[in-house]
Amino acid sequence: MSLIDETRDTRVLPDTEPFRLIDDTGNAVAAKLRRGFTLPDIDTLKELYRKMVVARRWDTQVTALTRQGRLSTYPSSRGQEACEIGTVMAMQENDWLFPTYRDSIAVWTRGVSTSEILSGFRGDWHCGWDPKAHRVAPQATPLATQTLHAVGLGTAAKLKNDPIATVAFIGDGATSEGDAHEGFNFAGVWQAPTVFIIQNNQFAISVPISKQTRARMLADKAVGYGMPGYHVDGNDIAAVYVVVSEALNRARNGGGPTMIECLTYRVEPHTNSDDPSRYRDSADVDLWKGRDPVERLEKYLQSQGALTDELRESIAKESEDAATAMRDAMNEEPALDPMELFENVYVSPRAALIEQRDALTAELADASTEGKAS
Amino acid sequence: MTTTGVTDTAVATTSAATDAAEVPTNADKVTKKPLTMAAALNSAMRDALTEDPNVVIFGEDVGPLGGVFRITDGLNRDFGEERVWDSPLAEAGIIGTAIGMAMYGLRPVVEMQFDAFSYPAFEQIVSHVAKMRNRTRGRVSLPIVIRIPTSGGIGGVEHHSDSSEAYWAHTPGLTVVTPSNPADAYSMLREAIKSDDPVIFLEPKSHYWMKQDAEQTATPAPLNKAVVVREGTDVTLLSYGPTVAVALKTAKLAEEEGLSIEVIDLRSLSPFDDETVSASVRKTSRAAVIHEAAQFGGYGAEVAARVTERNFYHLAAPVLRITGADIPFPAPLLEKFYLPHPERILSAMSTWEWEV
Repeated sequence: MSLIDETRDTRVLPDTEPFRLIDDTGNAVAAKLRRGFTLPDIDTLKELYRKMVVARRWDTQVTALTRQGRLSTYPSSRGQEACEIGTVMAMQENDWLFPTYRDSIAVWTRGVSTSEILSGFRGDWHCGWDPKAHRVAPQATPLATQTLHAVGLGTAAKLKNDPIATVAFIGDGATSEGDAHEGFNFAGVWQAPTVFIIQNNQFAISVPISKQTRARMLADKAVGYGMPGYHVDGNDIAAVYVVVSEALNRARNGGGPTMIECLTYRVEPHTNSDDPSRYRDSADVDLWKGRDPVERLEKYLQSQGALTDELRESIAKESEDAATAMRDAMNEEPALDPMELFENVYVSPRAALIEQRDALTAELADASTEGKAS
Repeated sequence: MTTTGVTDTAVATTSAATDAAEVPTNADKVTKKPLTMAAALNSAMRDALTEDPNVVIFGEDVGPLGGVFRITDGLNRDFGEERVWDSPLAEAGIIGTAIGMAMYGLRPVVEMQFDAFSYPAFEQIVSHVAKMRNRTRGRVSLPIVIRIPTSGGIGGVEHHSDSSEAYWAHTPGLTVVTPSNPADAYSMLREAIKSDDPVIFLEPKSHYWMKQDAEQTATPAPLNKAVVVREGTDVTLLSYGPTVAVALKTAKLAEEEGLSIEVIDLRSLSPFDDETVSASVRKTSRAAVIHEAAQFGGYGAEVAARVTERNFYHLAAPVLRITGADIPFPAPLLEKFYLPHPERILSAMSTWEWEV
């Protein structure tokens, strides 16, 4: 079909050594190891750093509020800032993001407000924001289903000749789902402008990656779908940013999909109700905490003399403003309207739903009357 | 086109043709052209593709082949690969990508090749297609039509004859409809494609080659309305899709025995047209619902419950269900023992106490 473009050779397996531009110690890797990519300029790196620090503060605040019982649940993004912020910062305004429940900081960095994001975790509605206004789909809970939505939306844009790309976040565990296979395959066959970001944080709740796949690494799967695959150090935001930027540009220009495996680590529990001590060694967690993506870029910026007091102060202020704004948002009672339950199930109103809504109205009126009487 | 919007696209017929003379109409304007349900469905998609550039059609084999039932015959040729195309063989993939397309303003009309082959897409349909509008507070509607050839009667091998309506009708957010004749097939599919709500469109595959060479209704009933297709005074038979023809045959046989049966074609399984059904039941005071699917937890249970709840004091007898048995759909040579037929329906009605 006309959606197919067979101009690129995608038969090459990615390198097993994760691609990085800045190493664990905060030093730029040698030019010969950069595989043709260029380290982003210092202003871009400063901006990436700012976004990561502020997002981490935001994430820490949500986690704290969840521990206080003010949110029903929250899957933290901590430790995965480079994957999520690096990706979102590489996106253009008209690109679409298809996140999972793990990717709240990506959604927030994309411009969705705190209160709109917290709707789902707080429990006042499922998706609190307007997906079309932000070009951010609802966070996927049935994992891997969103890969197909991203491919479909990207294909629609391609059919309309709109030069946009779509990004689907997916975790290591969800690559075992059938929908992941179908998403990758449809993207390959239709040459959809979709970039799959596999955040390999090494655990699907408690199940390690070794129990998900026998593949050497997840990025190897790209070859089977006829798309380029990259294996990237997911704690190096510089690497994530340049690889995702290149993939998105290729997608927008008719070059088809890309699979990018970002190797990282989920340093927090799956959610507040998880107990990681039952399935992983704390030494492992400490090891990965030592590879922190924020500290890595901080060291690099320091070595370049780019981390001025002025910049630090401005980032610190922005971070505290974000935390304050969140606490303020949480202090506002969410507007709950039980009648809204019956709206928007269908475009056309249904007699049965109107009857059920009226019954609830009467029930509430009765309860209110009884309450007054007693 | 001006009277019915239906063209006479040539479609190969098979010996499975159903007697369509049973289907009465009350047209004020008519066309005399013979028309199969397959051709009517094809015309509906052809007209939708012509009128709305956002309509796209994809699925397994729907391109150059025209689908295994040839329902999309010629559409790929006439509208091109960017409007009508073959997808990879993956039903969740078809529905999942249709969701993304609908989010971006397209109106996908997708085909599940056979009823039981839609099950891999169950999660995409139930968790996403059905819920998207509600979970986004009305901000994202999904105008998707999921065409599913449904039910038995064609001697299909295993997994080719299921009636899956109860799964879909049980799911809030879905509209579920099924035509029983070519004229409805055209008008209902056109309306389904125009609907901003997602629609499960069940096509009785035993009726694909049903011809309607008498009259066609010029002003068809709305998508969400049931229709009285035969008037009667003693019993209301509630039928849909492939069982409408069975109910009409039953009514004809019963007439010879002096029993006047009213036949309703439900057409829309969700929403359910309580008004039309209750009006009929209050007139006849007896009702039975007929479907091919298994009985337990089936769509007939919902029909019987609704009819009873709303009309209990008008009923002279319990509402009956004449359905498939609670067994997997049989192998082709055994399906005649499973499918509801007029004698079984008459026999069931004879268990009612009748006042002399």
